[in-house]
Formats: sequence, structure tokens, C-alpha cells
Amino acid sequence: MSAIIQAEGISKRYIIDHQKGRAKSSSVKEALAERWKQFSSRENALETGAREEFWALRDVSFDIQAGDRVGVIGSNGAGKSTLLKVLSRITEPTHGRISIKGRMASLLEVGTGFHPELTGRENIFLNGAILGMTKSEIQRHFDAIVDFAGVEKFLDTPVKRYSSGMYVRLGFAISSHLEPEILIVDEVLAVGDADFQRKCLGKMKDASSSGRTILFVSHNLTAVQSLCNVGMFMKKGQLVQMGETNEVIATYLAHIQKTALSSFFARPEEAPGNDRVRLKRIEVLPHLPEDQSHLDVRTPFRVEMECWNFMSDVHLNFSLHVSSLTGEVIFNIGSPSILCESGVIKASCEIPGHFLNDGSYALSFMVVKDTASPIFNFEEALIFDIEDYREGTAWYGKWPGYVRPQIPFPIEQTEFLSFS
Amino acid sequence: MHQTIIESGRSEKYYWADLLRFRELGWILAKRDITVRYKQTIFGVAWAIVRPIMTVAVFVFAFHKVAKIQDTSGIPFQVVIFSGVIFWNFFASAFQQVSQSITGNANLVGKVYFPRLLMPLAAGAVPLVDFLVAFSVLVPFLWYQGLFATWTLLAVPVLLLMTFFLAFGLGLIFASLNVRYRDFQQIAPLIVQYGFFVCPVAYSVASLTEFSWFDTYLMVNPMAGLLEGFRWSLIPGYASFSISYLIYPAIFIGIVNVLAIYFFRRQENSFVDYI
Repeated sequence: MSAIIQAEGISKRYIIDHQKGRAKSSSVKEALAERWKQFSSRENALETGAREEFWALRDVSFDIQAGDRVGVIGSNGAGKSTLLKVLSRITEPTHGRISIKGRMASLLEVGTGFHPELTGRENIFLNGAILGMTKSEIQRHFDAIVDFAGVEKFLDTPVKRYSSGMYVRLGFAISSHLEPEILIVDEVLAVGDADFQRKCLGKMKDASSSGRTILFVSHNLTAVQSLCNVGMFMKKGQLVQMGETNEVIATYLAHIQKTALSSFFARPEEAPGNDRVRLKRIEVLPHLPEDQSHLDVRTPFRVEMECWNFMSDVHLNFSLHVSSLTGEVIFNIGSPSILCESGVIKASCEIPGHFLNDGSYALSFMVVKDTASPIFNFEEALIFDIEDYREGTAWYGKWPGYVRPQIPFPIEQTEFLSFS
Repeated sequence: MHQTIIESGRSEKYYWADLLRFRELGWILAKRDITVRYKQTIFGVAWAIVRPIMTVAVFVFAFHKVAKIQDTSGIPFQVVIFSGVIFWNFFASAFQQVSQSITGNANLVGKVYFPRLLMPLAAGAVPLVDFLVAFSVLVPFLWYQGLFATWTLLAVPVLLLMTFFLAFGLGLIFASLNVRYRDFQQIAPLIVQYGFFVCPVAYSVASLTEFSWFDTYLMVNPMAGLLEGFRWSLIPGYASFSISYLIYPAIFIGIVNVLAIYFFRRQENSFVDYI
């Protein structure tokens, strides 16, 4: 097999100019400045104090084989979008060399270059040309595009009068009729409703089954997992791992979870609390099987918490709240009450697997005296994530609800109708 | 199969081939600008005639009737102004459209690749259409004034082309600078506004012959020769023009375009980082 994309040592440097903080190129600058914050702890490439160097990509090399479906993952600011921009020639790399065989088209945004004053028909030709289609290609696909978008009645209406749904559908219809050898897709799943997401994923599956190479950037790991056969994990502008999708996703999740599962305080003076109790430690300890490196919806875990108690001869119990980030309490458990002297009090609680849905959760706990009067409430003492995992479903959108219990739900056919 | 090599600073080799490959997009961008120009207006393309006529009326009134300035060239005042305004409008509008062509298409610059030079090139379409519409009124007006130009009209396309590239070269420098420094977006209208008076738009160069710096003026201002050339091609027996007036503008346009394209190409790949 020959590599369809070959990248050797690509780097991209941005220079952030602090001197001219005018409003003009604000959006890019702000975005870069934000990214810079994440990096500044590691590298202080300050030149004169007024200019900062920032490497969005650093010596990235890889080969992509024809027909591969590559999912690029990484946290915000990892360089994923910059990589796609370099590959699609929107911006030039500072160093390195890429060779690409075949035509490439990017679906960076649906409806790129649509002009609100132009009619649907005019915009099909405009957008098609912008995406790299020739006039004859557009003409050949014209009816299919109109049909797919379902806008035949409004073909001669300016798109500014379209509903946002029609607008997105038309945009997507055009780009999905591109026939490039390499298709670049960036976060299309972030926009649009569930129906639209399903259409996008369906179109991507079609493209991949017809042997096209796909580069897909998304935060939706479930979609990456099921659509891609190769994963690329980027971190701080560097390629950390590239290989079989599940392995790469596991590495990625292990990376992002490492820091978020515990909160320690070495000395009582720094810890939250009051003169009667202070927080020492709160920790989520997942019971991971051999082959698993991160906490997902299947994983049972233990929550452990420790407190310094400065009171003597009191009856104390802990009350644990598990809540969503929007503040709704999902459940509340209370520990038994015990007689305590001053010192460290520890409690732990086992949360079963197949219980909480994927998402971010906040742990708060309250120290209660005599099972009635609260001493202190440690609000959002720890925030942690549970990752998604599913099998046997073709649905990749967000699974609704805070809990995802595995309750038996048998289904059978009980009657047959005969049409005669 | 089409192969692309991406390497920093290497794109020059493929750039001009790409420009040709993407020419269809250039046409479509031009068509878009023309279609959008007079959408949702009652008078539509008639605005291309109304605007210059109003300018002419104001200047005939102000210069001729109020200030009682006499043009010494012996050509009817309204003919001098009308021809000047239409031709100047072409230059001014082309210059402004080109200088805004990159920032005005910012949504494309950040999303897709194509040779960026297509945008300023396509920006010439609207001024050209406006000019042709106004020109179709100017010619009957000249006939009405008893001026029937013949073979000299052949010079009009040449003069238009030269003027477009003058506007293109200057506009391109502004377009590149405008990406980083929006100050240039403020300067461009000023240049157009003052240029109207600095260039022989509302007067002919012939009326300046009494000044000693007349030759210097023609040597400094490339638009002077072009405007006079336009009048010469429309007005039979227009005295104050010779082909040699176009030599300097031709050299000027050549130099400006080489510099502008060089400058634009150097900036082009980083547009997306600053826009």
C-alpha cells in the first residue's frame, strides 16, 4: 500500500504580538492568546516581552494509507485544527513537507461562502466552485443536491430567507456531493440536530465504503471510535500516538483523566473548611479491568474522602451529593453516624458500574453533626468525567439522561399479520 | 492522479498553475459580486448611470455656474466633466474594491484554499460593468453634443486595461496591508476623494498649460495621462494629448504591479493568521 498523505516534520509557528493590542485581528489573537495560556507554564519563549512564539504544531510526521479513516483526537488547543488547516492548504507550515496524492476537499464548515443575497440555485454554483467542483460536476449533481436538501420550492429564493435548517441542509447537500479522494471533516457533528448528525455520519460511511480517505476531527469519541480505523492523538502540537483507534482513544482518555480524579490537601491551613472540619482528600478510584485504562460508563468506582476533625466527642456522619455540572443533584447518600475524637475521619462509598451516564459530575459532601446539623458543606470538592462506551448501537449522539442503568429490556414479536 | 506538495515557501512554483486551474472560481466570484451589487434595489443597474450624472450636475453647477471657471480647452464643460467622472469612477471603484477584496472575503480565506489573487482579480468585475453601463449613456450624450469619435475609440479598451491594472496594483498593496492593519481601509476612501481633485477629472490638463509645472505634473500623476487619453479617444480633435503621455503611466503600472504582486505573494500565506 502506498501512503496517500505523507507528512514529514511539519511545524507551524505563530507569533503573537502583544504590542498592538488593537481590536482588528481580535478573534485569531484572542484564540491564540488563550492557547498560549495553556502552554506558558511549559515554555517561555519570550523574545522581547512584546512578542511571543507559539508552536501550534511541532515536528509532526505521519503516513496515511489510501482508504484509511483517520480520527484526530486531543483536547482543545492540541493542534488538531491547525493540522487540518495545514493539510487543506489554508495556512502554510513553518517547516516540513507534506505530499498528498489526489484531490482533497474539506468540510470545515457547512455552507462556506454562501452569500445571503443570492438564491439557492446561485449559491449551489458558488459554494460548489469554492469547494473545488467544476461547473460540469455541479450540473451533474445539481438535481441530487436539490433533492437531498429538499429545497426545490425555494431554489429561486435568496438564502437569507431560508430557515436555518434549510440553510444547513443545502450546505451539507453540496459538500456531500463532492467526490474527492481525501475528505477532511472538522467537527461537523458539533452543529445541527440529531437528524443532521445522522445524515453526516451516514454520508461519511458512504464515503469510506467507497474507498475514500477520511480525516475526521471530533470531540465525539463515540463517533470516532465507530467510524475510524486509525486514531491520531495530538497533545500540545505533537503527535503522541497513532494507531488502532481503540488503543489511541484509551491513551487519550488515560491522559486527560489522570489529574482529574483526586484532590489532596497536604496541610489543614490550605484546605477548605472551617475551624471545626477541613478537607484532607477526596478521590475517585476506578476499578479498572486489565485491558482498560480509563473510567467509562461500565466501570465501577470507589469514592474516598478524608477530613480533619478538630472537635472532640462528637457524632459525625458524611453526606455525599453527586450532581451534574448544572447543579441538579442526581443522588445523595448518607454514611452512618459514628463517635469521633479530633483527628482524621475517612469514609468511602462504592458506586456500581453501568449506573451513571457519560458526562461530567461534581462530588460535594457535607459533614453532619448528630445526623441533623451541618458543620460544613464541601461544595464541588471534586469534578470528574465518565467517558462513553457503547456497543450494539448505531447511534452516536449524546445518550440522554444522568443515569444509564442496564435494566433488562426484552423484546419479541408476538403476532404476525398476514396480508392477503 | 493529482499530486500536491506542501512545503513552506515552495508554493510559488505551483501558484500560477493553480491560478489557472481555479479560474472558474474567479469567474464565479466576479459573477457573485455583479449579481449582488444591485439586488433588492428598485432602479437596479440604472444606479450606474444616476450616480455619475448627479456628480456631473453638481460640478457643472459649482464650477461653471457658481465659480464661473472657464475651461480653456474649448471643449464643452459638461463633456470634460462627464467623461472624466465616468473614467475616474472606474478607477476609484476598482481601487476600492480591490483593496477590500481580501478582508471582504474573510470567511473564505479561513475556510478553503485557492490562490488568493483570484479575489482582487474578480473585484474588477463590478467597476467594469458599472463603467460599461455609464459608457453606453456617455456615447449618445457625446453625439448629442455633436462629437462623433471614430477610430480613436479603439483606444478605450487599452486605456481601461491600463487603468484597471493601475487600480489593481495600488489596490493590491492596500489589500495586503489591510489584512493586518485596518487603517488602510480608512485611507483608501480619502485617496479617492482627494484624487478626484488632484487628477484632471473635472478639468482638462489643457487648462493647466499656463502653469510652469505642467510637465512635472503629468510625469508624477499616472492617472493624468490616462484620463486625457480617454478624452482624446472620445472627442475628435482633442488637442492636448499625444500617445507619449501614456509611456510614463505604462512604466508606472508595470513597476507597481511587479512590486504589488511580489508583496502580496509574500503576505498571502499568512493572511489567514491575521485576518
